[in-house]
Amino acid sequence: MTLSSVSSTLSRRPGIRLGLLLAAPLTWLVLVYVVALAALLVTAFWTIDSFTNELERTFTLDNIREITGQALYRTVTLRTIGVALLVTLIDCLIALPVGFYMAKVASRRSRHLLVIAFLMPLWASYLVKALAWRSLLSNGGLLDWAGGLFGLGTPGFGLTAIVLTQAYIWLPYVILPVYAAYERVPDSLLDAAGDLGARPALTFRTVVLPLVVPGLVAGSIFAFSLTMGDYITVNIVGGANQMLGNLVYINSGSNLPLAAAIALIPIFVIMIYLALVRRTGALENL
Amino acid sequence: MTISRSTRRLLAVITALVLAMLYAPLALVVVNSFNTSQALTWPPSGFTTQWWQRAAVNPGAHDAILTSLTVAACATVMALALGTLLGLAMQRYAFFGKETVNLLVVLPIALPGIVTGIALSNAFSSILGVRLGFFTLVVAHATFCIVTVFNNVQARLRRMGGNLEEASADLGARMWTTFRLITLPQLRSALLAGGLLAFALSFDEIIVTTFAAGPGVTTLPVWILTNLFRPGQAPIVNVVAVVMIVVSVAPIWLAQRLSSDPTDTTRAIH
Repeated sequence: MTLSSVSSTLSRRPGIRLGLLLAAPLTWLVLVYVVALAALLVTAFWTIDSFTNELERTFTLDNIREITGQALYRTVTLRTIGVALLVTLIDCLIALPVGFYMAKVASRRSRHLLVIAFLMPLWASYLVKALAWRSLLSNGGLLDWAGGLFGLGTPGFGLTAIVLTQAYIWLPYVILPVYAAYERVPDSLLDAAGDLGARPALTFRTVVLPLVVPGLVAGSIFAFSLTMGDYITVNIVGGANQMLGNLVYINSGSNLPLAAAIALIPIFVIMIYLALVRRTGALENL
Repeated sequence: MTISRSTRRLLAVITALVLAMLYAPLALVVVNSFNTSQALTWPPSGFTTQWWQRAAVNPGAHDAILTSLTVAACATVMALALGTLLGLAMQRYAFFGKETVNLLVVLPIALPGIVTGIALSNAFSSILGVRLGFFTLVVAHATFCIVTVFNNVQARLRRMGGNLEEASADLGARMWTTFRLITLPQLRSALLAGGLLAFALSFDEIIVTTFAAGPGVTTLPVWILTNLFRPGQAPIVNVVAVVMIVVSVAPIWLAQRLSSDPTDTTRAIH
């Protein structure tokens, strides 16, 4: 078959064309990622021989029993969910007024500049941001000094530091979709509400907010999910505290099946979160 | 709705404060890299360039930069190829399971890094029996970089429409010719923007990296993490951190200028 006949066959057969386009990327994603996720699930039900440290590929519920039975895992899971919810809440509370200002109050020119200004830190390294907060929060650091002017000190390294740092790191991820959602609200709706006598506060609550919720939820998915799995920030500013990510990391070297089982907890929690927010239509906004 | 002047002013103040809060920590890292004091105290005790000079001749940091650049370049090339194919398929065809494919592309970046990381390292080492190293790291990075290229290509194709391609086909051009002369030139800046984002994403990544790289491969973030708690290394770590900020933000700046709609770039991660 010559090249030109291949070409003409292809142009008559869109199915084959589509197949050729999809073959490589889908094989990659399925082979590398889906298989890996499935394997993780399977590994969680394996165990490790306590003498030889070899992987034993026999089905057992030991790991699941351990993570559901021990108080340590329950405490850490609750702490992680608490931190993730708090981070998400803080970011949403900041994103609502800032997004509104960007989309509906600022002039067109400054709007563009503001988007870029919020976009740039999003891409600065996550590690560097955690590092920055380490020096910000350290004893005698900037926050200690600034707080000293008002008779306050630094919160130091611990849970508060984790929440502040995480909220900082994921903030642009929430602001940008919220801004985009505000931007899609037509000005005519606001005018109509105003003409019909609604005060700004009422218009915001009954007209604008419901339209912005999908964007808010889309952003919250990132803040929540990424906080759920974090362990680097916890290592850098968290003091002696542990979150689920740390437990996964610590066990990944010595007991992979247990680490895999622990990793199922954040996956499970995120699934629940996604199922809860699904009805808002936010998933189509991702 | 007319927003009162005081509300406008309040919102402007909040936005300005939040922006200041976003940039202050990053600025602090830059300031610290010139601070004579090794402790992270404020106010800085004096100005020095000695940390920069020491970092400039630090072999570990050099090797790490080189490793990071190589990994990011390889991952970007793979992500470009896979993301473009996927973008073309998703934007030009309707097929069963399209939603699932969409989810599949976003998943590696929407799930926490630790899940992606441990899943990949587990699959490589205990299922496939591949030794963790440079190769596995590139594969892992390419997997979560596909989405940036894919989003940029898809957004561009959507705006482009199919008219020119159809005209080209009507005039007798074969598929490959149409792709080379019509589709590709229009995609060029979208590919550049997506590629730059993929590069920045890979260059910065730390969590998946710690799982997929194995002990022999030290990227820049890994180098920072291992030197962070070593005594006396903190100032040099600060210098390297500044380099990282510049290397990762510069491509974004460029990508931003290449895509006419700034929210396109946002979508690269959403």
